[in-house]
Amino acid sequence: MQALYAQLLVGLINGSFYALLSLGLAVIFGMLNIINFAHGALYMMGAFVAYFLLSLGGINYWWALLIAPIVVGVFGMILERTMLQWLTGLDHLYGLLLTFGIALIVQGVFQNYFGSSGLPYAIPDQLKGGMNLGFMFLPIYRGWVVVFSLVVCIATWFLIEKTRLGANLRAATENPTLVRAFGINVPRMITLTYGLGVGLAALAGVLSAPINQVRPLMGADLIIVVFAVVVIGGMGSIMGSILTGFALGVIEGLTKYFYPEASNTVVFVLMVLVLLVKPTGLTGRAA
Amino acid sequence: MTALTDDTLPVTPRAIRDEMIVFVVMALLLAAVPFSGIYPFFVMQALCFALLACAFNLLIGYGGLLSFGHAMFLGTAGYCSAHALKVWALPPELGILVGVAGAFVLSIITGYISIRRQGIYFSMITLALSQLLYFVYLQAPFTHGEDGIQGIPQGRMFGVFDLTKPTVLYYVVLVGFLAGFLLIYRIINSPFGEVLKSIRENEQRAISLGYRTDHYKFLAFVLSGTLAGFAGSLKVFVAQNASLTDVHWSMSGEVVLMTLVGGLGTIFGPVVGAFAIIAMQQYLAGFGQWVTVIQGSIFVICVLTFRRGVIGEIAHYLRRSL
Repeated sequence: MQALYAQLLVGLINGSFYALLSLGLAVIFGMLNIINFAHGALYMMGAFVAYFLLSLGGINYWWALLIAPIVVGVFGMILERTMLQWLTGLDHLYGLLLTFGIALIVQGVFQNYFGSSGLPYAIPDQLKGGMNLGFMFLPIYRGWVVVFSLVVCIATWFLIEKTRLGANLRAATENPTLVRAFGINVPRMITLTYGLGVGLAALAGVLSAPINQVRPLMGADLIIVVFAVVVIGGMGSIMGSILTGFALGVIEGLTKYFYPEASNTVVFVLMVLVLLVKPTGLTGRAA
Repeated sequence: MTALTDDTLPVTPRAIRDEMIVFVVMALLLAAVPFSGIYPFFVMQALCFALLACAFNLLIGYGGLLSFGHAMFLGTAGYCSAHALKVWALPPELGILVGVAGAFVLSIITGYISIRRQGIYFSMITLALSQLLYFVYLQAPFTHGEDGIQGIPQGRMFGVFDLTKPTVLYYVVLVGFLAGFLLIYRIINSPFGEVLKSIRENEQRAISLGYRTDHYKFLAFVLSGTLAGFAGSLKVFVAQNASLTDVHWSMSGEVVLMTLVGGLGTIFGPVVGAFAIIAMQQYLAGFGQWVTVIQGSIFVICVLTFRRGVIGEIAHYLRRSL
C-alpha cells in the first residue's frame, strides 16, 4: 500500500504540472488563437532561471518562485511583441509552426551549453524532510508542490472568471473589435495574457527543479503529454483544464503502480478513447 | 480563417505542360547523379525524405491538415521492412510491401482517430499518437529498443538487381521516388484532388455542396500515410537500419520544415526543401546542437517572412503553378 500511495503522490505532482501547463495553453489559445508549442521550452527556462539564481547569485528558492515567472514572462512578452503578433489573421497552423521553431531554438541553445544531463537543484531547507501520516510517509516538498499548484490554479481561475480584468479578457476573446471600441487596449491585454500563460509554465518549471533535475529537454516530451491533456479536456473552460490535468496525473500514477509498462502511454491511450467516444473532448465545444 | 495558399491557380494545359517539363528536367538531373561524382548515399537519403515530404504535403498543402506525426509512418514502415528482411529473410520487393502494408494499416487506425478533430487539434492528436507509438516501439522486443534493427541485408530485387551495389541501389531508389512522386501528382490533379483543395479553402462550403468531407480527408490521410511508409521502406535499404530516431517527434518536425522551406501546397517544393535540409544537416554535422538552433531559426524566418517557400515564391513570381 505504501507504494500505491507514493505513486499516487507522484501522480498528483505530475498532475500539478499538467494543470499549470494546460491552464497556460488554454489562456493563451483563448486570446491569441495560438497553440504555444514553446510552452515546454519556457517551462524549462523557468527551471534554469531558478538554477542560475541559486548557483550564480545565491538567490534562494522562494525568490526564484517570484523572479523566474517574471523573467520568463517578460521574455514571452518580447516574443509576442516581436513575432507572434504578426500572425494575427493567418491560419492557426502558422502559430504552431512558429512556436515550434522558437522551442527548437531555445532548447538547442540550452543543450549547447548544458548538454543533455541534469543539473541538481537542492530542496530548500524549510521544505526538507517528511511527515509520517500514519498510512504513508509524505516528503514535505512534494506535498508543498501539490498544494501550491492547486492554489495558483484556483487563483488563476478566480482572476479570469471573477474579476473585472478577467471579464475584459473573456470579452476580448469573444469579440476583440467590440472590446477595443469600448476603449480597452486589447493588444496590450494580449501581450499580458501571453506573459501570464508562460509565467505559469515557468512557475511549474521552478516547482519541478528540485524533483526532476534541471535539463534542457525537460519540457520537450512533457509538452506532448500536455497536448494530449488539452485534447482530452478541451480548451473551453479554465476549471476543465485544471481538473483534467490533476485527474490525468493521478491516473498516470495509478498506472505506474498497477501496470508500469503502460505509464508512459496511458495519457495518450485515454486521449484515443475520449476521441472515439466524445470527439469534442470532455469539456470542450466543437473546435 | 485565411487559406494556406493565397494564390491558387486553375489547372490549365499550360500549367500541366510546365510541370511536366520541370519533372523531366528533375528526373534527368537525378538520373545523372552517379556520373557526377556526387556522393550517392547523400542523394538517396534526400530522395527518401523528399518522397516523405511530398506525401506529407499531400495532406497539408492540398487537404489543409497539418500532421505533426508523420514520422510514425516512416518509422513503422521502416521497422516492418527491416523485420521482414532480416528475420523473415524475405526478398527486397516483399520487404517493401510488408513495410507499406504496415504503414497502410497504421494510417487507417490513426486516420480514423485523428480526423475527428480539425485544425490545431488534428496536429496535436497526430503528435500525441506518434509519441504513443514511440513509447510502444521503445518497449516492444522486435524493434530492439534503443539499438534498433541493424545490419539489414539488402538482397537482390526481383532476383535480378543486386542492391548491395550502390549504383543499382541508387536507381532503384530513384525509380521508387519518381513513381511515388507521379502518383502524388496524379492524385492532386484528379477530381478527388480538386475536392480536397476545396475542403482546404472552405470546408463548410464543400459540405454544403454535398461532399462528405470526412471521407475525403480520411482517404487523403491514408494515401499520405501509406506513401510516407513507402519512403520509410526505401530508406531501410539506404541506411541499412531502422531506429527510434525515425519515429521521434523531431523527425516529424523535420518533415514539416522541409515542406515549409520548399513551399506548402507546391508540387516540387517538398523535393527542394528535403534536399536543402538534408544538405544543411550534412554540412553542419560538426556543429552539434547548433543544427537544432538553425532549424528553429529557419522555421521562424519562414513563418514570419517567407510563407510561400522557395518554390512558392518562384511560382508566384512567374505566375505559374509549380
